[in-house]
Amino acid sequence: MAFALEIEHLKKRYDTGVVALDDVSLKVEEGDFFALLGPNGAGKSTLISIICSLVTKGAGKVSIFGEDIDSDFDAAKRHLGVVPQEFNFNIFEKVEDIVINQAGYYGIERAEARARAAHYLEQLGLWEKRHQASRYLSGGMKRRLMIARALVHQPRLLVLDEPTAGVDIELRRTMWDFIETINAQGTTIILTTHYLEEAESLCRNVAIINHGRIIERSGMKSLLASLQRETFIFDLDRSAEQVIFPDHYHANVLEDNCLEISLDSGQPLNPVFDMLSKQGVNVVSMRNKVNRLEELFVGLVSTSGEKQL
Amino acid sequence: MNKSIRISFLTIVRKEVRRFLRIWVQTLIPPAITMALYLLIFGNLIGSRIGQMGDFSYMAFVVPGLIMMSVINNAYANVSASFYSAKFNKSIEELLVSPTPNYIILLGYVCGGALRGLLVGLLVTLLSRIFTEIPVHSISLTVIVVVLSALLFSMAGMINAIYANTFDDISIVPTFVLTPLTYLGGVFYSISILPGFWQGVSQINPILYLVNAFRYGMLGVSDVNIWASLAGIAVFLVILFVCCLYLMEHSKRLRQ
Repeated sequence: MAFALEIEHLKKRYDTGVVALDDVSLKVEEGDFFALLGPNGAGKSTLISIICSLVTKGAGKVSIFGEDIDSDFDAAKRHLGVVPQEFNFNIFEKVEDIVINQAGYYGIERAEARARAAHYLEQLGLWEKRHQASRYLSGGMKRRLMIARALVHQPRLLVLDEPTAGVDIELRRTMWDFIETINAQGTTIILTTHYLEEAESLCRNVAIINHGRIIERSGMKSLLASLQRETFIFDLDRSAEQVIFPDHYHANVLEDNCLEISLDSGQPLNPVFDMLSKQGVNVVSMRNKVNRLEELFVGLVSTSGEKQL
Repeated sequence: MNKSIRISFLTIVRKEVRRFLRIWVQTLIPPAITMALYLLIFGNLIGSRIGQMGDFSYMAFVVPGLIMMSVINNAYANVSASFYSAKFNKSIEELLVSPTPNYIILLGYVCGGALRGLLVGLLVTLLSRIFTEIPVHSISLTVIVVVLSALLFSMAGMINAIYANTFDDISIVPTFVLTPLTYLGGVFYSISILPGFWQGVSQINPILYLVNAFRYGMLGVSDVNIWASLAGIAVFLVILFVCCLYLMEHSKRLRQ
């Protein structure tokens, strides 16, 4: 099995005494779309910063496509593209120059750099803005500029650190379509995000980090399958107060015509509909209460937090 | 230097040159105006009353010092401001995540700073020709000294930028160290006119050696030994280069 990223026993303690990473080991397969999740301050950004050499590690080993960052960091860096959480470009530089210069830092000839910059700026809808200073771009455009910049040297591993933070839904979907295409073409993607529905729908594998430790690492499907209960919200055509439920249904009235019902995983919904019909109540609409991954995430993180305490 | 590294180096230099050319109103015009005023007031108005400095008019005597002063200040200011700004807006991360070696990042910024210093020096030279004839005793020595001085102070600016935590920090050294040393470094006078004690004090000022080596290249006169000056510049270049590279590799202000 070829690994895009291999991390073994990685540790990091900052000068302030904060232990950001505590013996983290992780492997990401080549071609994967991998979610790295965790609450704020869990160690995600430190982990990413060590991978891309913005933070020095305390101990452990990191390899990118088999290139050890201690023995040949330059070779490892050529495989890696990073879209950081914060905007980190010179706001006075032109959009096109930012991307072309980045290609130059990877040793790409000027003519080739121009062609690649044009390609990615067009694909990400920034071509018309190429001569503008980057400070005039909207927030979403700035995010896309960072993606274009990260891709210009055509990395095999792309790390996206909360790339859709503050981006509207329509644009977010466009960005994900683009990233999925990149992944389908063979680029391994590591994604950190607080929008867990994104991670659930896009990623095939997931790791959850908390207090500097990996507390869960599995396939997305198997992780979601481990969820014991699911909660549904029913909008009814009459007052939910009138509906009578047996005790084992865990039902709550949320609003006048709105009902919340929790079911064991795999339990069919038909009896719920039958029971409502028998009482003369029609279901107008139905939806999941929360994203399933979010439910798991909150459970895992709170459990790990209790252990720490 | 392999092809990839050469491209990285040229990219940084090009970016730096475009930066100071883009803001030419801030980077090129002010030093030219300041030096024109120095030439007018000290060289022309006051200088005509001072008379000769050795075999040369006072105007001809101060021109090399003024050129060197503008080269030093601008080379230093360019790197300290540009590199600190890159730290401040985090765009330095573009370079740090790339395979560009630290010594190439350093050389790229230093060459960018030196080019601004030399360009301003050229502008001041052209301006001074309006006021006086400028003889050149040794073109090769003049060029060597001015280029090495520009590189030297670019590196000093880099150290300042790496240590700086605020924009105030990059103006402290020029204001409290560089300007006094330059003014007391023989730009406006020959140290031979000072009492013996102050001549001795002046000789521990490194800028005295730069100004005099440059003046020797242009006028053929100097208060200090030229070979000692050149050796001093070379030694300081090596020391600052090693310091800069060490900071680039190990400073927590760049990588935590």
